[in-house]
Amino acid sequence: MTDRTDDIERTVIAILARQAVRDAADLVPEDQLEALGIDSMGLVETIFAVEETFDVSVPFNANAPEAGGMDLTTVGSVVEAVRGLVSSKAA
Amino acid sequence: MRRVVITGAGTINPLGATVAGTWDAMRAGRVAIGPLDIPDVHRLAHPIGAAVAGFDPSAHFDPQRLGLLDRFSQFALVAGREATGQAGLGRDPALSPRAGVILGNSGGGMTTQDDGFRAVYEGGRNRVHPFTVPRLMGNAPSAHLTMEFGFTGPSFTVSSACASSNHAIGQAAAMIRAGQADVMLTGGTEAMLTFGGLKAWEGLRVMSPTGCRPFCATRDGMVQGEGAAVFVLEAEEHARARGAQVLANLAGSAMTSDARDIVMPDRDGAAAAMTGALRDAGLAPGDIGYINAHGTGTAANDRTECAAIRQAFGAAADGVAVSSTKSLHGHLIGGAGAVELLACLLALREGVIAPTAGLREADPACDLDIVSGAARPARVAAALSNAFAFGGMNAVLALTTP
Repeated sequence: MTDRTDDIERTVIAILARQAVRDAADLVPEDQLEALGIDSMGLVETIFAVEETFDVSVPFNANAPEAGGMDLTTVGSVVEAVRGLVSSKAA
Repeated sequence: MRRVVITGAGTINPLGATVAGTWDAMRAGRVAIGPLDIPDVHRLAHPIGAAVAGFDPSAHFDPQRLGLLDRFSQFALVAGREATGQAGLGRDPALSPRAGVILGNSGGGMTTQDDGFRAVYEGGRNRVHPFTVPRLMGNAPSAHLTMEFGFTGPSFTVSSACASSNHAIGQAAAMIRAGQADVMLTGGTEAMLTFGGLKAWEGLRVMSPTGCRPFCATRDGMVQGEGAAVFVLEAEEHARARGAQVLANLAGSAMTSDARDIVMPDRDGAAAAMTGALRDAGLAPGDIGYINAHGTGTAANDRTECAAIRQAFGAAADGVAVSSTKSLHGHLIGGAGAVELLACLLALREGVIAPTAGLREADPACDLDIVSGAARPARVAAALSNAFAFGGMNAVLALTTP
């Protein structure tokens, strides 16, 4: 893993921590977003922050959260999803 | 308490430029949702909607007047003319102080706002059209209707997002009941198919890329529409005295607030609004033959609404036909309830229940008698029209045959 990847992880966790109103240091990859108090509206705000920060488009429809083919249920899975979007943008 | 009747109806919406045209489209289950043709459409994630196609404002208004009319006021005036024409209402000095206008609207004059913002922000210009404010203000369409018909009684515009029209109609009926007016023009209008209006909805991640397919297991959201419908409500005694044709009774209405969430719907609040409208109309659940559902095609609305219908109707829930005409004309937001009341009139007057289009696979969470695919002939003596808005504001209307 490169430094760039660590940047992504750090930035995504910072976004999630801000949304959950918690300290970034308290978040671990296994944390469920729901358990952090990030509900469906919080997720929409999180996705907006990710898109604006990384200049990517997240294919997410609140009516069919699974349809985008991305797992956005835990801190770790969101980090991986963003990594995928950023690397496919670079490719 | 005075009874309230409907003596006129008018509309312009994606399905038709008249009530008759709209009914024809509803009978045929025609879907008016398609690709949009607006500036910067390529920058929209889901560039579809239900537009009023081929509308030529200059065919309805002289150029001087047009300068003062945003699209949402144009729609309201076109619909209002048809409604008053059917009701046989002309300018009448005796009626004027006893007549008013209450319309529902959510966005205001969005075309005017978008154009003004483009000019000053994007275009770097330092002036906007001099009539920007009178065009975009939310009460403009109601005001233009008062001027068109010389109504000098109580008039204003109601804004409760997607329930605006039903709140307006319910409020207009309440004023007639209370003796504050004898005749009210009411309904709703919306013209939000602008780049800014569509972008705002896109942000919420609830819009469909494919179409509006309420109650379908594979539905993926809502689609915006535009247009207006306007009705003449009248005290029954006033209508009888002048020999007006009664289209239906506005038998009851109810408004409730969820007091819970700014966007998520709530079963209890929705059920309480339906129960309240039934009680207000003196009807039992078993009397209702048709419910025009709010039916937005979002996962959150459709499941909650079906559960609310079960809660309000109990055992009678299985005996009532339900459809969402948003699948045909899109979601008119502040104008939704008004155009959807036309589907209730179609059921009561013509014995036709307009279908829900696009229902491919039943959703177990929506296990009601959903009329889908094609229109259904039915004898309907009483109907409900549901509207459940963001903000948790609910308004339900009950209509009965005269």
